[in-house]
Amino acid sequence: MQSANVNRLTPYLFLAPAAIIMAVALLYPIGYMIYASFLDWNPSQRIGEAEFVGLRNYINLLSDASFRESFWVTLKFAAIVVSLEMFLGVGLALLLDRNIRGMSLLRTLFILPMMIAPIVVGLMWRYMYHPTVGIFNRTLKSMGLDPVPWLSDGNWAFASVVIADVWQWTPFIFILSLAALQSLPQSAMEASRIDGATGWQQVIYIKLPLMLPVLIVTLLLRLIDAFKVLEVILVLTNGGPGLSTEILSLRISRTASEFRELGEAAAMSNYLLILLMILTFGMFFYNKAMEVRAARLRKAAEEDL
Amino acid sequence: MSAKTYDRQNPAFYALLVALVVMSVGPIAMMLMTSLKLNVDIMSDTSSLIFMPTLRNYETALCDFLWYEAPHIDYCDKTFGRALVNSLIIALVSTVLTLVIGCMAAYALVRFRFMGRDSVSLATLAMRMVPPAVLLVPVFGIWTFQFQIDGTRAGIILVYVAMNLPFVIWILQSFIVQVPIQLEEAARMDGAGPFQVFFLVVLPLIKPGLAAAAIFTFRVAWNEFLLANALADRNSRTVPVTIVNSMTEFDIDWGVIMATGMLLAIPPIIFTFVASRQIITGMTAGAVKG
Repeated sequence: MQSANVNRLTPYLFLAPAAIIMAVALLYPIGYMIYASFLDWNPSQRIGEAEFVGLRNYINLLSDASFRESFWVTLKFAAIVVSLEMFLGVGLALLLDRNIRGMSLLRTLFILPMMIAPIVVGLMWRYMYHPTVGIFNRTLKSMGLDPVPWLSDGNWAFASVVIADVWQWTPFIFILSLAALQSLPQSAMEASRIDGATGWQQVIYIKLPLMLPVLIVTLLLRLIDAFKVLEVILVLTNGGPGLSTEILSLRISRTASEFRELGEAAAMSNYLLILLMILTFGMFFYNKAMEVRAARLRKAAEEDL
Repeated sequence: MSAKTYDRQNPAFYALLVALVVMSVGPIAMMLMTSLKLNVDIMSDTSSLIFMPTLRNYETALCDFLWYEAPHIDYCDKTFGRALVNSLIIALVSTVLTLVIGCMAAYALVRFRFMGRDSVSLATLAMRMVPPAVLLVPVFGIWTFQFQIDGTRAGIILVYVAMNLPFVIWILQSFIVQVPIQLEEAARMDGAGPFQVFFLVVLPLIKPGLAAAAIFTFRVAWNEFLLANALADRNSRTVPVTIVNSMTEFDIDWGVIMATGMLLAIPPIIFTFVASRQIITGMTAGAVKG
């Protein structure tokens, strides 16, 4: 009898610590943030003392030109970075999917940029972009060209930030697409080879369509992460010059710590969350729809036989 | 028998490979080189490859751990040494806690059929979606005013454990599913209780999954900046926070800061070389296997 009780309780005992920690330190804060976004609150106040202002933070933000600017910068950054990385990463995977010696060492070296701290990545690139001692301007100078204002001009700063991110995250796409390529069924490749498909035809008509499910998940994961990039940009430009590289995460942290407007920062966080949620669910349902469509096509094809 | 055959490729292909390796490792190598230079060498106009390597920058950064007197240090700034100790404690403790708690939860979810795997994957994805910047305001508020654990290592550890749990549970689940249930039943026949089954039978079998999960949690806890910056006070600062603090000064001491950056980068680099297979497994588990 007693052991039956223990058995019934065991799953709860196993789950309890994780559930408690996640409830206290993850769900509660998120709920708290939603509440805080309706308050006029600065960090020296307790939350009870803050004034309830309804939707004012949200409305203020919509008419705030610099918030709209950083919203736009965020979207631009994510779109450019993710498309560049997908293009390069998938391209490299298709190119390097060969039976060569040292492939595992190569993959190890490629993961390095992802593993080291974003702060350190920012540090390295800031040094390389340095106007006088950085390697880029030194090389330009030794070739007799004019130095480039990497981090001090708006457009160049944006490009510099994009380059650093592409350096750090292209390997992620590469590793995932390589894994996808290597798990493709060999029979399809052989069949197409026997039918006389050229290398390009194989890539376009067989490899890419078969990789598509993995590519979509990869794209989604990378896109979510692109909205979270903060440290690299913080170290490289701190959002400047002007607002040219101030992405939303950075603006949230500055609103909270420099301008001391916790309510507004929370409202901004909510906007960011809503944006991410739309993207995630959009992608999720697109995926589901494609699966349903594929199943229907398969069924139709079977009936035709 | 085991000798593999490799396809021969043309030279252009190898040239491309070399270029890729240089591109991905180059910046890291450059940081290492800069950290071994004197500031005179960093600022000089001459070639950057030929210089006298020196450990002075590391001596400056780690001055309170030196067992000898370094002649060039007149004043020892203990900030970095303290931050290094904090970082180590926070990263190790939060990794161990996350693994133990996450493992138990993953086991319960798989074996006792609470919710479908789908709902857990969806929850993981949803949690992965939340940027740390979004947690910044509420965590700061709650930790300061309600729990009053701001400025302590325990406070920082608590956030990191919570942040890492969804991913760890998710990845460990995929390993636990593969443990044959017959093994557990056999152990139970022999009179083992549920906890004994878990610790003596299941845990040893999912070591590769544990390794992958450990590396990922350690990396997050070791590298994280934003929340640590909001929560830490002078005594609980971690290394990323001290690095950013010294970056904002007008005159950056490149040699020393590169040495500290290098010290921060070394543990993840070691992990990468030791366990790249597990890392790749962890990275691809979600996307490729579905």
